[in-house]
Amino acid sequence: MSLDTQVLVVGAGPAGIAAAATAATHGRQVLLLDDNLAPGGQIWREATTVQQEDPDDVRRKTLLALRVSGARIFSGWRVFDAPRNGSLRAINDSGPEIHTIDISYEQLVLATGARERFLPFPGWTLPGVFGAGGLEALARGGFSVTGKRIVVAGTGPLLLPVAAHLRQMGGRVTTVAEQASRGQLARFSTFLSRQPGKLIEGLQYRAASGGSKYRPGCWPLAALGTDKIEGVRLTDGQRRWEEPCELLGCGFHLVPNTELASLLGCATRENAIEVDDVQQTSVSNVFAAGEPTGIAGLESALLTGTMAGLAAAGKLEEAKALLPRRQKFERFAERLKTAFALRPELLSLAEPDTIVCRCEDVTFEALKGYEDWNDAKRQTRCGMGPCQGRVCGPATEALFGWRASSVRPPLYPVPLSAMGAGPSRSSLDE
Amino acid sequence: MTDAFDVVVVGAGIAGCACARELTDAGVQVAVVEHDAPGGGATAAGMGHIVVMDDSPAQLALTHYARSLWQKLTSELPASVEYEERGTLWIAADHEEMTQVHTKHATCTGDGVRSEVLDAVALSEAEPRLRTGLAGALLVPDDAILYPPAAARYLLQAAQRAGARLIRGTVTRAGNGAVTLSDGTMLASDHIVIATGVEVSMFPWIRLKKRKGHLVITDRYPGFVRHQLVELGYLKSAHATTSDSVAFNVQPRMTGQLLIGSSRQYMQEDATADAGLVDRMLRRAYEYMPQLASLSATRVWTGFRAATSDKLPWIGPTHDPTLYMLAGFEGLGITMAPAAARLLADHLLARQSAIDPGPYLPERMARAETILV
Ligand SMILES: Cc1cc2nc3c(=O)[nH]c(=O)nc-3n(C[C@H](O)[C@H](O)[C@H](O)COP(=O)(O)OP(=O)(O)OC[C@H]3O[C@@H](n4cnc5c(N)ncnc54)[C@H](O)[C@@H]3O)c2cc1C
Ligand SMILES: Cc1cc2nc3c(=O)[nH]c(=O)nc-3n(C[C@H](O)[C@H](O)[C@H](O)COP(=O)(O)OP(=O)(O)OC[C@H]3O[C@@H](n4cnc5c(N)ncnc54)[C@H](O)[C@@H]3O)c2cc1C
Repeated sequence: MSLDTQVLVVGAGPAGIAAAATAATHGRQVLLLDDNLAPGGQIWREATTVQQEDPDDVRRKTLLALRVSGARIFSGWRVFDAPRNGSLRAINDSGPEIHTIDISYEQLVLATGARERFLPFPGWTLPGVFGAGGLEALARGGFSVTGKRIVVAGTGPLLLPVAAHLRQMGGRVTTVAEQASRGQLARFSTFLSRQPGKLIEGLQYRAASGGSKYRPGCWPLAALGTDKIEGVRLTDGQRRWEEPCELLGCGFHLVPNTELASLLGCATRENAIEVDDVQQTSVSNVFAAGEPTGIAGLESALLTGTMAGLAAAGKLEEAKALLPRRQKFERFAERLKTAFALRPELLSLAEPDTIVCRCEDVTFEALKGYEDWNDAKRQTRCGMGPCQGRVCGPATEALFGWRASSVRPPLYPVPLSAMGAGPSRSSLDE
Repeated sequence: MTDAFDVVVVGAGIAGCACARELTDAGVQVAVVEHDAPGGGATAAGMGHIVVMDDSPAQLALTHYARSLWQKLTSELPASVEYEERGTLWIAADHEEMTQVHTKHATCTGDGVRSEVLDAVALSEAEPRLRTGLAGALLVPDDAILYPPAAARYLLQAAQRAGARLIRGTVTRAGNGAVTLSDGTMLASDHIVIATGVEVSMFPWIRLKKRKGHLVITDRYPGFVRHQLVELGYLKSAHATTSDSVAFNVQPRMTGQLLIGSSRQYMQEDATADAGLVDRMLRRAYEYMPQLASLSATRVWTGFRAATSDKLPWIGPTHDPTLYMLAGFEGLGITMAPAAARLLADHLLARQSAIDPGPYLPERMARAETILV
C-alpha cells in the first residue's frame, strides 16, 4: 500500500497532535501517524475520545482541535524505515494480519517523544522491576497494582506523578527515592516557583502521594530476590537499608527518541535533534517537535508542536513569533538537566556480572576495554538485539561515555516480509 | 623520531590481523596501523562463511588450504568467535543444476574435499524448511561459520600478546620503506603490508572495484536452519561482472540468528541500504524458504567487497620492493585470511609454501590491465 500526503507527522503525543492540528487548520493535507491504538502519547495514553466532561482542560482542547482540524489519523502504525527520499515505511501488526504502507510526504514532522533511561544495577532485570513511567503505563493498561508494595526510584520530575497515579490505582507506594540531592532540588523548585502552573501541579501530585516517603538524595543499590523482586536495597550515601516490595518502578529521567531523525540524516546535539527557530532540522523539509528536541514537558511539547505545524504549513513568521516562549522552556529544560543530573555513584552500581544489555545478555564486565560503542557492539553484540540499543545505549553512554552512532534500518524488528520494496510485493505471497 | 619495525601492516581487518599473528608467531617484530576499531571494515560486514569455492583451480586451492588452517585454529579460538562446522548445502533447484552438483562433487573429490550428493528427499530431511520440489544438493560437511569481528580481534590480540604493536592512526602514504600517518608520525620498515581492504586510494596503481553487498539479520530462531545454505546459482551471481545480482544464501549463527544474503552491486559508493535490492534479495530467499518471510528482521547492513578483475586476491610483493599486498579478497576474505597470511609470511621468511603462491602474485595486475607503476 502507498499513500501521499503534504504533511506527515510521526508521533501523536501532545507535540504531534499540536503539529498536525495546526498544519491542517492552515489548509494543509495532514496525516498523523502513531504506533499506539489512539492519539495521546505518553501523558494522555490513548485518550480515545474527546470527552466533554474531561476534567483535563488542556487535553480536551488539544484533542478537540485535532478532531476538527481535518487531519487524518493513522493509529497502530509504526514507522520503521525510510526506503526512499521523501517517503517513510510503517507497519501495522496490531491485527491478525501484518500490513505495511509507504507514505510519501512533502513536509515531515518528527514528534517521536522520549523514553526512560535505565541504568544497570544488580537485580534490575528481575521480574517485577520496570521503568517508573513504564510501570505506570502498564498499570493504566490494566496490569493490577492493587495492594502491591511499590518502590518508585530513579530521578526526574516524573517520579512523583508516577507515584501518585500508582497510588490512585491502588498501589501501596512506600518510598519514592530520588537520587538528586535536596540542595539540587531546592534550587530547581525556586526556579519552578516562577512557573506557578508547574509548581501547583507538583504540589498536587505530592499531596496525592502522601503516605509514601519522598526521599531526595536516595538511590537503589540493588533489587533483591531470586525469581522475582522481593525488595530493594536503598542508600542515602551514608546508610543502606532494605525495603520489601513486589514492584519497583525505576527510571533515570528521559532520553529523546532520535533514531528516526538519525536515519533521515538530521543532525543531533547532546542526543537531541537540532532545530532552528521554527523547528526545522538540518534536513530542509523535516521538522521536529516535543521531547526529541529536548526534555521539557507537556507545555513545551504543545508549543513546539504548534511551531512545527505552522512551519510545515509555510507560516514561518507565525512560527517564529512563538520563539520567545520556546526559549523559556529551553531554560526550563536546562534546569531539569542540572537538577536531575546523575550522581557519579550511580555509575558504579553494576557488578561485573550485572547484565547491561538484556536482549543479548551482555554483562558489565564483558563491556570493558572497547574503544567506542561500535567496537563494543560489534564484539559483544551489546545493543544488537530486538530493542536496537534503545535500553542499553543510554546506559552505556552514561557508564562509558560512548555515543550511539549509526542507525540502521529497520528501526524496530519487523517481519522480513515487511522489509521489501512494498507496493510491488503482492506477487510473492501467491 | 621514527620507529622502525620488521613489518608494518596497514589495516586491522581479518587479513591484517591474520598476517600480524602469522608473523609474530615466526618471531617477527610487527606493527599494525588501524584508524578504526580492529575488525571494523569489511570484516564487520561479512557473513563469516568459511567455504571451499571452486570457481577456478587457484580459488579451490586457496580456500581449501585456508579452511584447513581455520580447522587447526579451532582448538584455540575463544567462544566469542562462534566457530561452528555446520556444513554448506549447495542447493540445486532443478535437474539442470543437479548436474552441476555432480560436477562439483567430482571437483571436490579430486581436491580431497569431502562432499556428499543429496537427492530431493535427503535434502528435505537435512533442511526441512526448504520448499518442496528442489532437486537436491551437495553437502560439504567441513565448511564452517564464524563471527568475523571477534575472529579478527582474537588474532590481533594473539599477535599483541606475542609482541605485535597496534598503532592507532590513518596512514596517508606508504612505500619506499616508510609509512606516514596523518598526524605526521613516520614508521620505517622494509616490509609494508597493504591490508586496507577496499581503501586503496593512496595507491593509484591498484585497480580494484568495490562491490557492495547487503545482509539482513533476524532475531533468534535456533534450529530454523541447520546448515549454511547457498543456491548453486550463487556462482552465477558471484560471476556477474556487470549487473546487480542476488542469490539465496542463509547462514545460521551460533546465536540462533539467521544471516540472509546476498547481493552484489558495482558502481555503488553509498553505504545506505537499497530497499529495492533488499526486496529482490529477500524474494530470492523466499523462493527457497518461504517461511523466512514470517521471521523478525532486526537489522539490514551493507559492506564493500574488494573485487579484482580475475577474482583472485593479490598476495605478495609489488613493484615497490618494500610494499606487499594482502588484498582483493572479494567475498572470501574471511575464509582466505589465514592462508593468505601464511603465503605472505612464507614469502617474507623465504619458506616453502604448502600451495603454489604463483596465481595470487600481484604482478599479474600489470599483465591483466596494462597499467601500473
Ligand atoms: C514512559 C513515560 C511516561 C510518562 N508519563 C508522564 C506523565 O504521567 N505525566 C507527564 O507529565 N509526563 C509524562 N511523561 C513525559 C511526557 O513524555 C511529556 O510530558 C510529553 O507528553 C511529551 O510529549 P511528546 O509529544 O513530545 O511525546 P510523547 O507523548 O512521548 O509522544 C510521542 C509518540 O510518538 C510515538 N512514536 C515514536 N516513535 C514512533 C514511530 N517510529 N512510529 C510511530 N509512532 C512513534 C510514541 O509511541 C508516542 O505515542 C512520560 C514519558 C514517558 C517516556
Ligand atoms: C556482505 C558481505 C558478506 C561477506 N560474506 C563473507 C563470507 O561469508 N565469507 C568470507 O570469507 N568472506 C565474506 N565477505 C568478504 C569479507 O568480509 C572480506 O573479504 C574481508 O573482510 C576483507 O578483509 P580485509 O582485512 O581485507 O579488509 P577490511 O576488513 O576492510 O579491513 C581493512 C582495514 O584497514 C583499515 N584501513 C583502511 N585504510 C586505512 C588507512 N589508510 N590507515 C589505517 N587503517 C586503514 C580499515 O579501517 C579496516 O579496518 C563478505 C563481504 C561482504 C561485504
